[in-house]
Amino acid sequence: MAVYELKTAKKPPIKDSGIIFWIRKNLLSSPSNILMTILSLYILYIIIPPFVKWAFIDANFAGHTKADCTGDGACWVFIRVKLKMFIFGFYPESQLWRAKLTMALGALTVAFAIIDRVPKSVKIASILILPIVSFILLYGGVFGLEVVEPSKWGGLLLTLVIATVGIVLSFPIGIFLAMGRQSKLPIIKTLSVFYIEFIRGVPLITVLFMASIVLPLFFPEGVNFNKLARALIGITLFQAAYVAENIRGGFQAIPKGQYEAADALGLTYWQKMRLIILPQAIKVAIPNLVGTFISLFKDTSLVMIIGLFDLLSMVKLTASDRDWLGFDTEGYVFVALIYWVFNFAMSRYSKRLENKLNTNNRD
Amino acid sequence: MSFLRDEKIRGILYQLITIVAFAMLALYIAHNTAQNIEARGIKTGFDFLNNSSGFDITESPIHYTTKSTHWDVYKVGLINTLIVSFFGIVLTSILGLIIGVARLSSNWIISRLAATYIETFRNIPVLLQILFWYNVVLAAMPSVRHSYSFFNSIFINQRGIFVPKPIFLDGSIYIAISIVVAIIIGWFIRIWAKKRLEETGKEFPLFLTNLALLIILPLITYYATGKPINFDYPVLKGFNFEGGKTYTPEFLALLFALTIYTATFIAEAIRSGIEAVNKGQKEAAQALGLSKMQALKLVILPQAIRVAIPPIISQYLNLIKNSSLAAAIGYPELVTVFAGTSLNVTGQALEIMAITMGTYLVISIIVSLVLNWFNHKMKIKER
Repeated sequence: MAVYELKTAKKPPIKDSGIIFWIRKNLLSSPSNILMTILSLYILYIIIPPFVKWAFIDANFAGHTKADCTGDGACWVFIRVKLKMFIFGFYPESQLWRAKLTMALGALTVAFAIIDRVPKSVKIASILILPIVSFILLYGGVFGLEVVEPSKWGGLLLTLVIATVGIVLSFPIGIFLAMGRQSKLPIIKTLSVFYIEFIRGVPLITVLFMASIVLPLFFPEGVNFNKLARALIGITLFQAAYVAENIRGGFQAIPKGQYEAADALGLTYWQKMRLIILPQAIKVAIPNLVGTFISLFKDTSLVMIIGLFDLLSMVKLTASDRDWLGFDTEGYVFVALIYWVFNFAMSRYSKRLENKLNTNNRD
Repeated sequence: MSFLRDEKIRGILYQLITIVAFAMLALYIAHNTAQNIEARGIKTGFDFLNNSSGFDITESPIHYTTKSTHWDVYKVGLINTLIVSFFGIVLTSILGLIIGVARLSSNWIISRLAATYIETFRNIPVLLQILFWYNVVLAAMPSVRHSYSFFNSIFINQRGIFVPKPIFLDGSIYIAISIVVAIIIGWFIRIWAKKRLEETGKEFPLFLTNLALLIILPLITYYATGKPINFDYPVLKGFNFEGGKTYTPEFLALLFALTIYTATFIAEAIRSGIEAVNKGQKEAAQALGLSKMQALKLVILPQAIRVAIPPIISQYLNLIKNSSLAAAIGYPELVTVFAGTSLNVTGQALEIMAITMGTYLVISIIVSLVLNWFNHKMKIKER
């Protein structure tokens, strides 16, 4: 009986595999392709080497004063010296642990929220508790904590506070607005539509101007909001309209049968919404919601125009220190990097969610 | 209380409660506002629009002096908003299209470069980008005396970009007419070419013909009428350039930042539009024997546009709204001069904010009408 031995497959010829094949296929497949490759290499050549030279090779990292910056490149000493300003603003030195603890708790909450194995109850509880604990920690006034006025909060801390409050508060308002817009009751529907379309039709900066200049006129004398509270009101009201549109997108993605089935079971409107519709609608809307939150995070920088000292405004403030005049470039690059890291992480997370939730139409 | 279980009655009740609550809130606010305004001695009404403003505006497309009224301030602001939005939309469309197509290129380096561009600029706040251009890039330009000069007619320095300004003399109306004529002829050629295509199946190089027509005809007219367009060149006199057209650093910083930022979203819209076209469509086009260009022109793009245009139009609207961030650097558009300076001068916050927000609202409504019209026109005609 003949014995057949399994022969190992031959490797494909060098022409059709490996790095050379890859380069030929992806970079040099046609004359125009070759031209494009050369062009893009040239673009890289004029951008990357000068930047690396500026940011690393000629840059100064060590030292404590302006005199330590001797090279032609970036002066990262400036960032190191001013780091506390960039992150915490004018938060008092002796109370800094409170700000740090708040940030750590925030990071923990985010970790809970994105790790799948953490039980849902823990996720929701941590998201609900975080704002309360953070406020007590940052503001103080109870448990023997010294009061730190919001005017002293600044830098990344303030940016994160505004973004978090905006996200957390705009979410329930947005849900109600979306429900209002879907409602069969004409008056409630009209009001919701008007509100949503009005807010979406005007720039955020005008809403912030309204909140900071006109809003105090709306309340009786003696009622006084601080600047931060006004900005938070403006941002929340603005954000709620966009959240509402995302949730509405979720509503529309739900088959009609779900509504009818809930009605057939005899559920009331609120039961139907709470138990059947909203859980599905929010799930569908999550990727878009994350997108809206990214916009919100970028938009927090606008509070600088109404005079709050957020992360972005710290650049101008620190670079106008008499000992450190003219280091805007380093400041902007550093701050841009912080914003970028946060937003990029969020967009990656949204992509991951989209793939995870997208279970029904794989092609 | 069994009537409370009736859904209809409950609906009416809910709405009544909403209306009453809303009306009470409105009354409360109106009452407080009236009292506050009286207590602070703020004037009311729209008379201030006819008062002279008393401040100057650095860049004004229309005649404006310190004696001009606040209504003129509004007009200057609005026109400047529209100018920067118009340039921004044109430039960002071009840049976005290039980046979007590059993102889908089969060339690995090109597509990675485009992706890096998108991921970088999309994730940095546009306000930061505006400030960066203004305070870092444009502030680093040379002084007036050491301007970068191109062909001795374009100058770049700290005070902006100075370019020659065309001056239209008497005969230049004929050039405008010749452009219109070229467009009309092009239109007829298009009809004829389509008819011929349907009858004989022969293609006609429509785009190239029309492009040539559009360039050659005005050019001939230009020389035939004795070169009726002159140029006013910027000339260095004393400490600054005189003549020509100036683009200020404020304008340029705003324009560059808005263009670069918005282009990332337009590129993504174009990419997702092209990717949304079903693979079967491309294969069917191939099976029919269409060339790559024909497949793109006749099968893929018409479908991709349907998906891509709505998000692109809403990005245009975002660009218009984001132009209000000029308040941070002082380009005199609507929010900076009217909701900023005029508001500070008159103190009439209510009226001015109402006019400003109303203006943006009208712009938004116009844009969304265009969008609806487009969606209606592009809707798949199903039988």
